[in-house]
Amino acid sequence: MHDLIAITPMGATDARIDTIKGMKIAERPDFALASVAARAGRETDTVDAAKTGLGLDLPPAGRFVTHAPYAAFWTGPEQWLIEAPHDSHENLADLVKAALGDAASVTEQTDGWVRFDLEGAECHAVLELLCNADTRRMKAGDATRTQLEHMACFVACRTQDMRFSVTGARSSAASLHHALVTAAQSAL
Amino acid sequence: MTQPNRLSGGRIDTGTALTFSFDGVDYQGHPGDTLASALLANGVRLMGRSFKYHRPRGPLTSGSEEPNALVQLRTGARQEPNTRATTAELFDGLTAASQNRWPSLRFDALAINDRFSNFLTAGFYYKTFMWPATFWEKLYEPVIRRAAGLGSLTLQEDPDVYDKGFRHCDLLVIGSGPAGLSAALTAGRAGADVILVEEDFLFGGRLNAETYGLTDTSTQGWVAMVMSELESLPNVRCMSRTTLYGVFDHGIYGALERVSDHVAVPADGKPRQILWRIYARRAVLCAGAIERPIAFENNDRPGIMMAGAMRAYANRWAVTPARTVAVFTNNDDGHRTAVDLMAKGVGVAAVIDTREDAPKIAGCEILAGAQVIDTSGRLGLSSIKVRRADGKVQTISCGALGVSGGWNPNVHLTCHQRGRPVWNEAIAAFVPGGDGPPGLGVAGAANGAFSTAAALASGSTQALAALDDIGIKGRAIDLPRAEDAPLRISAYWHVPGGKGRGWLDQQNDVTVKDVKLAHQENFRSVEHLKRYTTLGMATDQGKTSNMGGLAIMAELTGKPIPEVGTTIYRPPYVPVAIAALGGRARGAHFHPTRKTPSHDWAAQRGATFVETGNWLRAQWFPVAGETSWRESVDREVRAVRGSVGVCDVTTLGKIDIQGTDGAVFLNRVYANAFAKLAVGKTRYGLMLREDGIAMDDGTTARLAEDHFVMTTTTANALAVYRHLEFARQCLWPDLDVQLISTTEAWAQYAVAGPNSRAVLHKIVDPEFSIDNESFPFMACGEITVCGGLRARLFRISFSGELAFEIAVPTRYGDALMRRIMDAGEEFNICPYGTEALGVMRIEKGHAAGNELNGTTTALNLGMGRMVSKKKDSIGSTASEREGLNRPDALRLVGIKPTDSSAKITAGAHLMNSEGPVDAAHDQGYVTSAAYSPVLNSAIGLAFLKDGANRMGETMRLVSPVTNDNTTVEVVSAHFVDPEGGRLRA
Repeated sequence: MHDLIAITPMGATDARIDTIKGMKIAERPDFALASVAARAGRETDTVDAAKTGLGLDLPPAGRFVTHAPYAAFWTGPEQWLIEAPHDSHENLADLVKAALGDAASVTEQTDGWVRFDLEGAECHAVLELLCNADTRRMKAGDATRTQLEHMACFVACRTQDMRFSVTGARSSAASLHHALVTAAQSAL
Repeated sequence: MTQPNRLSGGRIDTGTALTFSFDGVDYQGHPGDTLASALLANGVRLMGRSFKYHRPRGPLTSGSEEPNALVQLRTGARQEPNTRATTAELFDGLTAASQNRWPSLRFDALAINDRFSNFLTAGFYYKTFMWPATFWEKLYEPVIRRAAGLGSLTLQEDPDVYDKGFRHCDLLVIGSGPAGLSAALTAGRAGADVILVEEDFLFGGRLNAETYGLTDTSTQGWVAMVMSELESLPNVRCMSRTTLYGVFDHGIYGALERVSDHVAVPADGKPRQILWRIYARRAVLCAGAIERPIAFENNDRPGIMMAGAMRAYANRWAVTPARTVAVFTNNDDGHRTAVDLMAKGVGVAAVIDTREDAPKIAGCEILAGAQVIDTSGRLGLSSIKVRRADGKVQTISCGALGVSGGWNPNVHLTCHQRGRPVWNEAIAAFVPGGDGPPGLGVAGAANGAFSTAAALASGSTQALAALDDIGIKGRAIDLPRAEDAPLRISAYWHVPGGKGRGWLDQQNDVTVKDVKLAHQENFRSVEHLKRYTTLGMATDQGKTSNMGGLAIMAELTGKPIPEVGTTIYRPPYVPVAIAALGGRARGAHFHPTRKTPSHDWAAQRGATFVETGNWLRAQWFPVAGETSWRESVDREVRAVRGSVGVCDVTTLGKIDIQGTDGAVFLNRVYANAFAKLAVGKTRYGLMLREDGIAMDDGTTARLAEDHFVMTTTTANALAVYRHLEFARQCLWPDLDVQLISTTEAWAQYAVAGPNSRAVLHKIVDPEFSIDNESFPFMACGEITVCGGLRARLFRISFSGELAFEIAVPTRYGDALMRRIMDAGEEFNICPYGTEALGVMRIEKGHAAGNELNGTTTALNLGMGRMVSKKKDSIGSTASEREGLNRPDALRLVGIKPTDSSAKITAGAHLMNSEGPVDAAHDQGYVTSAAYSPVLNSAIGLAFLKDGANRMGETMRLVSPVTNDNTTVEVVSAHFVDPEGGRLRA
């Protein structure tokens, strides 16, 4: 067991949590990520293997699905990101690869991203100052790629109207956090 | 303090007093006032000076179409020029100042311009300031600008913040007059997602200004009831203080919400304004109509305003510009002003109606078939001169004159995508032509439906049609009974005769005479007329003036008005501050910042950072006692070459390439061979563009038969990824290749120097051997470190030393850097930044962004032979073009000054030791320069004609920019360890 201490994308050992007038903005470093891209002509095999090996119905464009402990959202044609709790699934890419075999290419993406969860009754008011995703029409399980203050992000609706996750590039975590917090201060 | 011209009633809160100042004098107004209404209430008609002639001016309108009453609002950093007093909402403590006058508004020295008006006609500048040409920019223009201008900027930074936002709806309703309210209510009840935008701070549009709207119920009561219902519906969002300023492609509308303009200072964290991008499936424009003036001599005196505005001031703001007024009209609507003002107790001296059959008003003198031919009053209207139907001239005392030349439907937004309005003779006005933006319907007065009943009905009808279009079923709503008076108008544009000036465009001081002059000088197209006279330019974009100008041009050319046409309408409908367009992207947040995993560690060590793209990278790490960056960088270079150093190279692009055709793919995107790269090996690769020019270089490691990791330069990471995706998706979709960026996922450090292996021995878990035999130069492997953490190790070197790059998941990057520093302590390990990195790669002759500058080929870079002839790859054929392979083609060489204390300047050019120094004799140029602490000399990399065959030649290095003239010697670009013994150690 190694003894290196991990830091979050925001640069601390503990996740950053801000609460602004009832809106909670929480950094979520506790998820591991792995990308899945079906090999040429192997989409059906990939989907079948994900169902068999992970219990996941790999979703179509604009959606994410959950089958604890896994979740998956669509990121591109025949491509998905798989999500699982970090501490129990730090080797997520290996687990996914084992499940999918040679049907798909799997790449560790855990530390490529920063995820912030927005929780509160005014999620739409905050997100509409940041991106053109029509969050008011998003239902739980909807996900979309969009841009927040020049940063490409995935916005996923975890609970309709109440909880959204914003996943962006890890290196710009501080900029993304600044954008979310200032938007919340502005909107609420 | 009294407000002598305040009337009773109105939609203002007279129970609350607000104190404000104008030109240093304190006044009082009430919540609900605009600056203009409050000043008029206080008897102030003079609010500004005109642009060119510095004529005294007061408000012409009561809305955003205002050309005259432009003021500077607020003071200090929040001072804002050219703000319309007619839309500036009054708040306690508001400070305003008039502009374009000196020394005071009442006495303006530059009013002398008015005396020279015969010379200062349209085209005056073009004709007069023609020579000498060089004087225009340096002398004439600055002087003219100083004399003729609007407000001024403080040049202080705006302390407020601005947001940008995005909203979506089924139906966007633009304007909240009778048509807008009816449309919004129809759609809101149908369950559609509705956004209702209103420019004003009160919903209701013209209903707030009229007494004649609904017949069986209170107009204000109905507005309140509708707004109450709309605001209670969860599917309807009502946005006041929001101007729809532009219609863009695909149902996207631009709207500016003035969130905090009506308060002295925005609340903490709140924006001053929000620029909304509204995505609407359908929209209905209910923007009403704008009243147009009639031109006559001296029709610009303070107190002369639109009749509808005079009525609005009286009914909504309980204000009259004077206690005795008159009305000049060509239509029945002007009579409403007289009726309403009389009802408010204001004396109406006369209604001058150009029509012979003007209707009568009880208790008011009607002069039918008459015209106003001149006015008097230096700083405000005192009397008008009227030519009666019998030809006699009569002078009438009055302090204000309401003018109505009819109403122009507000077609502006329907024309933002080059739609052209069409002429409707019945109302003597242009109406939307039906070729407006797709999905944008028009209702109410904006569509020429001028009665309240017609506006209500058309709003509902248009909303239903829009909803039907998108599959939402709605039902017609019950509408209140409303006036439905027909429009009675006889087109009348300007009063003929007289020698004085009749003003068309009060913002730009364009007169009827100017239009005649333009016609005389053959600027007859409306677009030429606009540019020659400036008619319709500036902040009001001619909302009250364009129609008059083109009607007069039609008269002069003998063409019907529709044949003359209108100029092009463009966004924005009202001025939009640049700050609003910029939003939050200002200062430090102009673009996102990317930080490396060791950023905090480097900051703790006092590193100086440099921006490379969005990344912040440590440039050097100063230590105590060092007084210049050079000392730090020299020390870092010596430390690496002498023992060991560590540098964060996470910023280099990393692309994960998988698939059974990964090797084939790489073989096609790289110019050199990759098909046979063995698992566990890394290879340097050069990528060409389609045109054969070098695009990027880097290394690619083969981790498994079907798994590669490509490294790109920091600068080109995105461009290369995009290029690869294009190749994968479009050029070779048949290949089994999958790509994903892993730049962010791995923290990567270069550990370089003779002791690098010794340091890594303490980090890398013992089951992985990294000695030279098991892990030779260009080896790579997946390993574990520090007791089991997954990692990747590459034996590659940018510095030319024995070196490794080690990568771990990014969250452990900070810890690994600290661990490497601990492990290297016994070797005096030294962190080094991008400057030392740059010095060492120049010493080693490695090309970087300076050399891969978008103009150079593999041949230029000395890597011509790397472009494999045994296979096809992107750019390989184009790289064989004759012009790129001339015998004297530029070649990468090293240069050293013959005097070791001399400098080498990047960008300087190489000239032969003898002969002229000019572009025709240019031999090449320096791309990179540095001081080498190893060689104790400046060194440089340069592209030199036929450079490979000129080793040892002495040349002159010149720079006309820095006046450099240095004697240099051409040497190999490999200054340090040309045999490569060190990196293979």
